[in-house]
Amino acid sequence: MTAELVRGQNHPLTGDRLEVRVAAERPVVAVATLGDADGAVRSRDRVAHPGSPVLPGLDVPRQPAAEHRLAVGLAALAEDVHRVYVALALPPAPAGPDRFGAFPAPVVEVAGPGGTPVVRYVLEGLDRESAVVAVELYRRQGAWKVRAVGQGYAEGLTALLHDQGLPEAAECAAEALRAAAGADGAAAGPPVPGEPAGSPAGAGSGGISYRHPGRQSTAAVATPPAEAGPADAPAPASAGPEAYRPVAGDATGWSMDERLYNQVWGMFEDLARSVAAYRSAVDFAEARLDQRLDEVLSDPRTRVGPAADAAREEARAQQAALLDQARSVLDRDLAQLAAEAEVVEHALPPAYARWDNPVWHAYQVPLERPLAVRLGDLRLPESDGLRIPMLVRLPLERGLWVDSGRPPGGVDPGLTDAGQRRRLAVECAVAVAARLLAVHPVGTYTVHVVDPAGAAGTALAPLREHGALKEAPAGARGVTETLERLTRRVDLAQMAVRSGVPDALPEDFDPAGQLLIVHDFPHGFDDRAVTQLRYLADEGPAVGVHLLMVADRAEARGYGPVLDPLWKSLLRITPVPDDHLADPWVGHAWTYEPPLVPAGSGVLDRVLWQVGQARRACGA
Amino acid sequence: MTVNLSKGQGISLKKADGGTLTAVRMGLGWQAAPRRGLFGTRTREIDLDASAVLFADKQPVDVAFFQQLVSKDGSVRHTGDNLVGGAGQGGDDESILVDLQRVPVHVNQIVFTVNSFTGQTFAEVRNAFCRLVDETTGQELARYTLDGGGPYTAQIMAKVHRVADGWQMTAIGQPSNGRTFQDLLAEIQAVL
Repeated sequence: MTAELVRGQNHPLTGDRLEVRVAAERPVVAVATLGDADGAVRSRDRVAHPGSPVLPGLDVPRQPAAEHRLAVGLAALAEDVHRVYVALALPPAPAGPDRFGAFPAPVVEVAGPGGTPVVRYVLEGLDRESAVVAVELYRRQGAWKVRAVGQGYAEGLTALLHDQGLPEAAECAAEALRAAAGADGAAAGPPVPGEPAGSPAGAGSGGISYRHPGRQSTAAVATPPAEAGPADAPAPASAGPEAYRPVAGDATGWSMDERLYNQVWGMFEDLARSVAAYRSAVDFAEARLDQRLDEVLSDPRTRVGPAADAAREEARAQQAALLDQARSVLDRDLAQLAAEAEVVEHALPPAYARWDNPVWHAYQVPLERPLAVRLGDLRLPESDGLRIPMLVRLPLERGLWVDSGRPPGGVDPGLTDAGQRRRLAVECAVAVAARLLAVHPVGTYTVHVVDPAGAAGTALAPLREHGALKEAPAGARGVTETLERLTRRVDLAQMAVRSGVPDALPEDFDPAGQLLIVHDFPHGFDDRAVTQLRYLADEGPAVGVHLLMVADRAEARGYGPVLDPLWKSLLRITPVPDDHLADPWVGHAWTYEPPLVPAGSGVLDRVLWQVGQARRACGA
Repeated sequence: MTVNLSKGQGISLKKADGGTLTAVRMGLGWQAAPRRGLFGTRTREIDLDASAVLFADKQPVDVAFFQQLVSKDGSVRHTGDNLVGGAGQGGDDESILVDLQRVPVHVNQIVFTVNSFTGQTFAEVRNAFCRLVDETTGQELARYTLDGGGPYTAQIMAKVHRVADGWQMTAIGQPSNGRTFQDLLAEIQAVL
C-alpha cells in the first residue's frame, strides 16, 4: 500500500536501502544534497549531482531524464548526515521548458527493499519554478522518515542550493547543470529514461539497481517521447497504447466463430463512431467559421479593412486547425482498425470470408451451421479502403432482395445497361445462395429456384450443374407447384409450433431450411402467386423458409402500393455498390458491396461441386 | 489512493507514468434520507439523474442523459437510469462512461450534472457522491462528496476539460435548480 503524501506530510521508512523514483513529463536533472543536524549543506562534497554523481550512500543519475531512480543506502551515509534532500532542476535546454508549470506535475516515489513504493508524492502547484526540493529523508530519533517538501525556486538551482546554506551555491549549480548538459549531449539519441548512464549496476558506494539488466521498464516504454507534439493533438499512432498489436478473435464469445463475429461487429461500431466524431467535428468547424465570418460582416466598422481581413484569416486558420486535428484522430483510428481488419480478415472461417480468401480453397462441407454468414462488405466514404464484413446471423431474420433496378443515387453510372444490371443481379443471387448452401451441413438446406420466363439462363448453371439443387429450376408451370408446396410447409410448421407439437409433422415434411430464389419477378407470376410470395416473405423466416428475390421494383409498379410491404420485409442488397444501409448506432449511410465471386475464379464451382458430392454421398 | 476533491479543486487525468487515461467513468451514488415522523421507516424514492453535456467552444453540442443514453458520436455513454437510488453503500447508482480518446476533437469540456428528477431537494438525500474512476483499471481517481445538501434540486458536479496535453477534471459543486440538465445550461455556461 503506497501512502499518498501531501505537501509537508511525513511517513516512516524501514530498511536501509531505498530507491527514490522520479517521473516527469520532460527530462529533469536530479540532485541530492546531504544536510547536517541543522539541515545545512556545508560544502560541495555534500552535493551529488551529474558532475559528481556518487557520494557515500548516494548515487544520482548522470544525465537529465524523464524518469530517474536514485539509490540511497541509509547505513552508508556519514554519521553527521541528518537529512538527504532530493531536488529536481530543469536542464538549461534551449528548446525545453523553463518552468515546472509548463508540464504536468512530476511524481516522486520512495521505494523500500523489494522495490515496493512506500510513499508517493505528486508535486502539484508548481508554476514559474525551475528547481524544486521534492522530498527529504531525515533522521528522527535514530529512525529515518521521509517528508514531502515541494519547495520550488523560480531562480533555479543556485537559489535552491544557496537556501540550503551552501557557500559556493552558484559554482556548484553551474557545474551540475553543465555536467547534465554535457551528458545529455554526449548521450547518443534521447536518454533512456530510468537508466543512470554509466552507472555500474549495484557497484560501489551502496548504489543498487533494482532493474533487470535485460529488461526495459514498462513505464519507460509507456512514456511518450519528450518532444511530444502540440498539446491537443493526440499521440501519433506509433506511441502509447496504440502500439498494441491486434489479434483475431479479440472479443467475447464461447467459440472462435462467435468471438470473430463479435469482433467484426465491434469494428463496425468503432468505425461508425469514429466517423461520427469526425463528421461532427467537421460540421462544428464549418458552423464556427460561418459564425465568425458573419460576425465580421455584421459590424459595419470592421467589415472592411485590414482588421477584417485578419479576423477572417484567423477564423479560417482556426477551422483548418480543427479539421487537421479531427483528421489526424480519424487517421489514427482508421490505422488501428485497418491493422485489425488485416489480421481478422485472414482468420475468418469460410462463412465470414470473402470468396477470394484462401480459406475457400480448403473448403469442406461443414458439420455445423455457423453463427452468421457474410452478405457483403460495408464501407464509408471516409474509411478509405477499409471494409467491414457485413455479417448477418443465421438463420436469416428475413428474406433477401437483390435489386436489379437502376440505383436511385446512380452510384455507379457506368452500369446503366439494364441487361448488364440484371445479369449482375443473378450472379449476386447465385453467389449468396451458393454461400448459404455451402455453410450449412449436408441436407439441412435446400435451394429452390423459380424462373418462369427462363430468363436467368446460364447464370444459374453453377447451382444446377453440380447437383447442389435438389430439383431443376421451376419453369412457368412449376411456379404454382413450388409456391404451393412452400406455402403448405410454412403453414404446417406454424401449426405444429403453435400447438406445441413440433414433432407431429407429416412424413414428407422437409425439415431443412429452404431458400426460394425468385427470378424475374413479377413477369410470369399471377395474382395468386404474388399473394403466396407475400405470405412466404412475412411468415416464412420464422419457420426457416426464406425468399431471395431478384427483382426490379420499378417493373412491379403495376401492383401499386400493395407490394410495398413485400419489399420492406426483405433485406435489400444490390449487385453494384450502393449506399443504402444504415448502421444501428449513428445511422450513417454505408456503401454496400456485394459478395461477388472474383472474375475468372473457379472457387464457386469447386465449392458447389463439393456440396453436390457430399449430398450424393449421403444419399440426400 | 484516491483524491478527495473539494470545491474548485482540479486533478490532472494523466497517469503517473506519463500515459494518458483512455476511459474514465463518472459514478454517482445516493441514498434517500430517512424521513422523520410517525412512519419513519417509509423511505421515499428519490430519482437523481446524472447527465454529461459536451461543450465545444462553450456551446453545448452533445449530451448523454437518461433520454439519450449514448452521445451521438458514441464517446460518452450513460449506463442507464436508476429511479430510486441505491443502498448508497459504495456502489454507483448511475454511471457515465467517457471514452476520452474518442471524444471528438472539437469537444473541449464535458460537464457532469446531477438533477433531482422527482423534485426533492438535496437536503433529503444522503451519502451522495460522485467519483471518477479509471475504467481500464477500476481505480478511483477522485471522489467528490455532496455533503451539506441544501435546498436545491440540481448540482453541477464537475467538468472534465482538455488541458495542454490531456484532460483535467475540476470539481465544481455549484448548486442549482432544475429537473433536467436543460434547465442548467445557463448556469453551466458560467462555469465553463
